[in-house]
Amino acid sequence: MSLVLHVNGESHDVAAEPETPLLYVLRNDLKLKGARYGCGLGQCGACTVIVDGKAVQSCDVPVSAVVGRSITTIEGIGTSDRLHPLQRAFIREQAAQCGYCVSGIIMSAKALLDANPKATDGEIRTALSGNLCRCGTHTRMLKAIRSVASGAE
Amino acid sequence: MSAAAAARKLPGSLETNRALDLWLSINADGTVTVRPGKVEIGQGILTALVQIVAEELDVAIERIRLVAAATTLSPNEGITSGSRSIQESGIALRFAAAEVRELLISRAAEKLGVSVEQLSVTDGVVSARTGGSVTYWELADDALLRRNATGEALPKTAAEYSLIGRAIERVDIPFKVKGDPVYVHDLDLPGMLHARVVRPAAPAMRLADVDWAEVQKMPGVVKVVRDGSFLCVVADREEQAIRASRRLSRLAQWQRAGALPASADPRYLLESQTEDEVISAKGEGAPANGLRTLSAEYSRPHIAHASLGPSCAVAECRDGRYTLWTHSQGIFPLRADLAVALDVPEADIAVLHMEGAGCYGHNGADDVACDAMLLARAVPGRPIRVQWMREDEFAWEPYGSPMVVRMQAALDAQGRIASWTHDLWSHGHSTRPGGKGGVNLLAAWHLAQPLKAARPGNPPLPAGGSHRNAIPLYEFPRQRVTNHLVREAPLRSSALRSLGAHANVFAIESFMDELALIVDADPVEFRLRHLKDTRARAVIEKVAQMAAWRPKEQGDAEHGRGLGFARYKNLGCYIAVIVEVSIAESVRVERAWSAVDVGQVINPDGVINQIEGGIVQTISWTLKERVGYDSEGVTTLNWHDYPILTFNEVPDIDVVLIDRPELPPLGAGEGTQGPTAAAIGNACYNAMKVRLRDMPFTRERLISALVA
Ligand code: FES
Ligand code: FES
Repeated sequence: MSLVLHVNGESHDVAAEPETPLLYVLRNDLKLKGARYGCGLGQCGACTVIVDGKAVQSCDVPVSAVVGRSITTIEGIGTSDRLHPLQRAFIREQAAQCGYCVSGIIMSAKALLDANPKATDGEIRTALSGNLCRCGTHTRMLKAIRSVASGAE
Repeated sequence: MSAAAAARKLPGSLETNRALDLWLSINADGTVTVRPGKVEIGQGILTALVQIVAEELDVAIERIRLVAAATTLSPNEGITSGSRSIQESGIALRFAAAEVRELLISRAAEKLGVSVEQLSVTDGVVSARTGGSVTYWELADDALLRRNATGEALPKTAAEYSLIGRAIERVDIPFKVKGDPVYVHDLDLPGMLHARVVRPAAPAMRLADVDWAEVQKMPGVVKVVRDGSFLCVVADREEQAIRASRRLSRLAQWQRAGALPASADPRYLLESQTEDEVISAKGEGAPANGLRTLSAEYSRPHIAHASLGPSCAVAECRDGRYTLWTHSQGIFPLRADLAVALDVPEADIAVLHMEGAGCYGHNGADDVACDAMLLARAVPGRPIRVQWMREDEFAWEPYGSPMVVRMQAALDAQGRIASWTHDLWSHGHSTRPGGKGGVNLLAAWHLAQPLKAARPGNPPLPAGGSHRNAIPLYEFPRQRVTNHLVREAPLRSSALRSLGAHANVFAIESFMDELALIVDADPVEFRLRHLKDTRARAVIEKVAQMAAWRPKEQGDAEHGRGLGFARYKNLGCYIAVIVEVSIAESVRVERAWSAVDVGQVINPDGVINQIEGGIVQTISWTLKERVGYDSEGVTTLNWHDYPILTFNEVPDIDVVLIDRPELPPLGAGEGTQGPTAAAIGNACYNAMKVRLRDMPFTRERLISALVA
């Protein structure tokens, strides 16, 4: 079945069954590998993307549900020469160990800051309550996100 | 090379991999290629290695090109584990690079017609004091490095460093924040197929029967593969493989061939058959009569590595030759076991490392690699990507072993420990591939012609496995430490970050606080009373100062602070940790302080990142984590069943490094687990006056301790 998806400002024709989780379409059809499989159950946030401004766990959404909506993935928020402020802040704070969780966490943080640019530490933590990091890099990530929220970045 | 040089023991992994051109190449395009045999597992090791090479060669960091480890081209450095990468790979590269620099300089001296002393190097440009210069890129050719290292070129001294000791940004992080395809999970090869494995509900189950005719007809299904109890499905698309594997799982009929212990309490170890070994005995006879004595028992459950990304591998078989992409921590030992499992010569298997999610020890990486290889054989000519599902990883990874530790001590009239005994029960802490007398790969045991697992290993002392850090660093007149090793494990267990050190240090350091209390001593002072090692004393004093520790400070019912200390393996880094906890419905760590001595610091920010991560992960282990199972199988199969620490629960952490540039560098990745766990237990006591001795300190445990 052919579906049209709007991803990172471009339209794509995708041939996939409508119930296919968005995650696999992004990764395997569009070759956007930044959203990652961590649980497939909506429990870890490794697959987080933004749909119409909201952070969404792409493992948990059938692709048919996002047809006609605006999808943003980590690949769409900055370029190598013009990184997104959150990406720059993550580099500056060296906020990664293995990094497997990082794109999901940046996307959750972006959805928050787009809606609430001056989010507090408490609001940031709450917005990240669906994102797990097994390496324990939380404090650095929080610092990086706070620096963007406070306008320091 | 002289015979003496040949016989000389070379530093680190250079000893077993002597060819210089195995490690480094100097390229005409102004770059330097570095080929470590150690792999990136999220610990930032590759950046530290780049830093070492750039320092010794005197070239800019940007010139270094790292090549990921592969059996086809890298030095064999065994397994990346045990915080040994800096000692093994780092030291090897340091001496190799120093030697390459010397070769280049002597060639430059010839070319420029001056003596070596006249020359200096800046970013690969060798200049003579008298004028004239030549670059490494002009000087080097293939022949130059085609020789064995002698180990005679002396690396720089600490005073000469310009890069080492500086916080260099990690080379991999910019790619990771962009979402670039850096993990083996992201590998996408032309014609690649997707596969999923269908495993039983419990280890001791065999596949009796499965009729997969209807699965074979599902959309996209290329092949159902069965070999004994190894059951998989290969499909065109990933979601098709997942759907088909679910159907297959419902159709499969399993037969029970044994049961697990009925309860997940680690005390089953005390009833198991053990191999006992006294690993330390000191002092004659029994302590004098009439001394105050104390005994206590501590435990930890099975703990999961629980990598955020379930294990994944890609394999391809063409004309009987295999290529495997894997996030294994040991590509050479893995290849050895795969060769046996598939009955093909090692030379026909190329194993290429790619990063995975952080592993913290032996997780499913090697097993999924074997799954992929078996499928590549069944469907030759196309690359096959296999990823475990979340529940596969939780059900089938080799867990950190449960442990029980019994302590006993006597105190003399002066308030000093007069005698000390430590008895520990545990499984061995390594069932990695590359073991002797069998194959340590899950699927190999399930084949119609099953292979035997190697006998579970336990790394020997001084580093130790189950007995890691069981011998106290404190000095007591009498002590006896006994390792009760339980070889047969109901659930496979293997290396988890810090191995036995987590539970042994938890027990030792909790017990030290319990003893200090009897003689009304301050925990800091009581430790120093028994400690001569000056570096040990220094980290304890430092952390007390950082946290503004007050002698004999008391918490109130809701807050408390506690200390923990260890020298990792008794030969690695020194770490002291203080935590502050709050007690409400559950225990929460509000703040943590840590003083750390890793000898010479290569990359301070890299070390701090490892320490912070280690503390957070240990808080999670200590407060929340426990693999659950009943006689039917593992019951903790997802993040709801097996919760870990979240963003809302993570404390602020202060880390101070005590740099010792004149001393050898030591790894930092595993030093915090024991001290942090103990600090939490001690802080809980400090707050509630109730001792928690069984990890994890869950809400239920807290409540039952409070009402007891
Ligand atoms: S993979 Fe989507 S929430 Fe875990
Ligand atoms: S950095 Fe490894 S899971 Fe977050």
